[in-house]
Amino acid sequence: MIFLKLIVTNLRRHRIRSFISVAGIAFSVAAMLTVVTILQGAIGMFSNILSSDSQIIVFERNVSDLFFSNVPPSVSAQVAQWPMVQHADPVLFGIVSSADHPIITCFGVTAEDARIRKATWLAGDRGSFAQHPDDVVLGARAAEFLNAGVGSDVPIGHGVFHVIGILKTANGFEDGGVFMPIVAAQSFFHKDGSSVITVKLRSKDDTAAFKQMVREHYPSLIALEDAEFSRSYSQFKILKATAWAVGGCGLLLGGLGVANTMIMSVFTRIREIAILRVNGFSNTQIAAMIFGESSIVSVFGAFVGLGIGIGILFALKHVPALDGYVDATLRPLILLIVVVLAFLTGVAGALYPALYAMRIRAVEALRFE
Amino acid sequence: MTSPGIAIKNSGAVVLRAQDVWKSYDDGAIAVLRGVDFEARAGETVALCGPSGCGKSTLLHLFGGLDEPDRGHVSVNNVAVNRHRNLLRLLRHEIGFVFQLHNLIPDLTLEENCMIPAVAAGTDKHVARERLHELAERTGLEHRLGHRIQKLSGGERQRTALCRALMNRPKILLADEPTGSLDEKTSATVFDLLLDVAANEGVTLLMATHDRGLAERCDRLLEMHDGRIHEPRRA
Repeated sequence: MIFLKLIVTNLRRHRIRSFISVAGIAFSVAAMLTVVTILQGAIGMFSNILSSDSQIIVFERNVSDLFFSNVPPSVSAQVAQWPMVQHADPVLFGIVSSADHPIITCFGVTAEDARIRKATWLAGDRGSFAQHPDDVVLGARAAEFLNAGVGSDVPIGHGVFHVIGILKTANGFEDGGVFMPIVAAQSFFHKDGSSVITVKLRSKDDTAAFKQMVREHYPSLIALEDAEFSRSYSQFKILKATAWAVGGCGLLLGGLGVANTMIMSVFTRIREIAILRVNGFSNTQIAAMIFGESSIVSVFGAFVGLGIGIGILFALKHVPALDGYVDATLRPLILLIVVVLAFLTGVAGALYPALYAMRIRAVEALRFE
Repeated sequence: MTSPGIAIKNSGAVVLRAQDVWKSYDDGAIAVLRGVDFEARAGETVALCGPSGCGKSTLLHLFGGLDEPDRGHVSVNNVAVNRHRNLLRLLRHEIGFVFQLHNLIPDLTLEENCMIPAVAAGTDKHVARERLHELAERTGLEHRLGHRIQKLSGGERQRTALCRALMNRPKILLADEPTGSLDEKTSATVFDLLLDVAANEGVTLLMATHDRGLAERCDRLLEMHDGRIHEPRRA
């Protein structure tokens, strides 16, 4: 209890300094949590697009981005015929733009695609999809920002398309996208195949056999399970690395704040540390006191930061312009990692001050005024 | 080795011993101890008198393991004081320090300050508390246990420092000008207490002081100047 009081006493002595350190860690944690959660959410949403009613994605081997993948047009029809395949749907991804909206995701799909089948149609009729090459279906948000309804003609890229339906999905990318028949998309993007084929197998047990068949029949393509794809896709890796790097930089700044506080803390209590030494405190006990102080700062900062981060995510989720784009689902693993990183940052920040404190010579420090 | 002429009053075992101890500062520019020989036996009270800078405090620091001699040997209870090996045990169980400035932690209460050595040594809380009450009763501080240091008078602070020094029942007390910051009356009270506690606890007291009046009440009074112990004199 007295040991704990020795730790807390110093934090209470310099309340403003302690508050600034806690705030530094808190904002670092909030930044890390927000950035990582949003990017993980975005990755999750993009993964969901790919895994819509499917287990496996087939795409061109060694492409850095799925937008550059080109799966030959005959492949999806051939794969669909394989006995273990329940259905195989070609999907062509493209980026288009319209006035005021530089980026709109375009999905070239068949009428049987789960995105069309399983979506909630707010207007229009699924049966009319892919009847005419100039017909498109808009996601609810796309319809909103393009100010279009069923029957409208909307300029997209270099063409003008006729809106035949509006659908609502839980996915922000899909909700803000344009769905067009795959044939129309191939023509629009000057591509003869698709970006990917999403495949649903009759039994998951056939996964290995399916991958093997893809390897044998189409050496230039690769088949990956959804989870496997999410782990290995380089764009996702870059995004994740960026998120953690940005968050890490924030935490590093917070850690420097803790280090500064702890150095000041040790410098202002040199005499006190000497007194403890003369009264039998060991190096370990002195270090434990310094680390205890930094741990309290960092753990308290981490929890305040989590509160701030969760608040920011909640607020972002309710910003109309970001509706569907921000998946603010808190992942326990991320929360744990963020708290542990904050704690480690605090401990790292106290390393030098603790070493300094351990080296204080009582005989000299007692002369220190 | 004992300096010729240094009288040993009682026949207890030698608990403090310095043999040909040399100590200087600033790379030898300031020589403080120049071949000091000294012994103190169990239960003795010894006063070291001498002008400022003569090496009284330095000798105390060497016995407490707070500093190292340049040359010579310093031992406590017949074990060489080695800064790395025996220091913790020495400071926790064998030696208690009282300084001129009480060196208490101002944000803690009297009780918490006194409990620091017990915390350091990992003493059982109940045992430590019992010991504290015993010491507080003896030093007349029982009613002040929960008070912060800022609320205590100079004499009370020094008595608190004495309690703290004796918490782990050390058999040696090193007091560096323990009454140096007190007025005459308080000084006498604290010194009486110091001698009383030392006698009751069977503690060997080595005290550096400028106050010859108080020093003469110790079993032995030693003069230090020019880095040596010169004139032993019976009190």
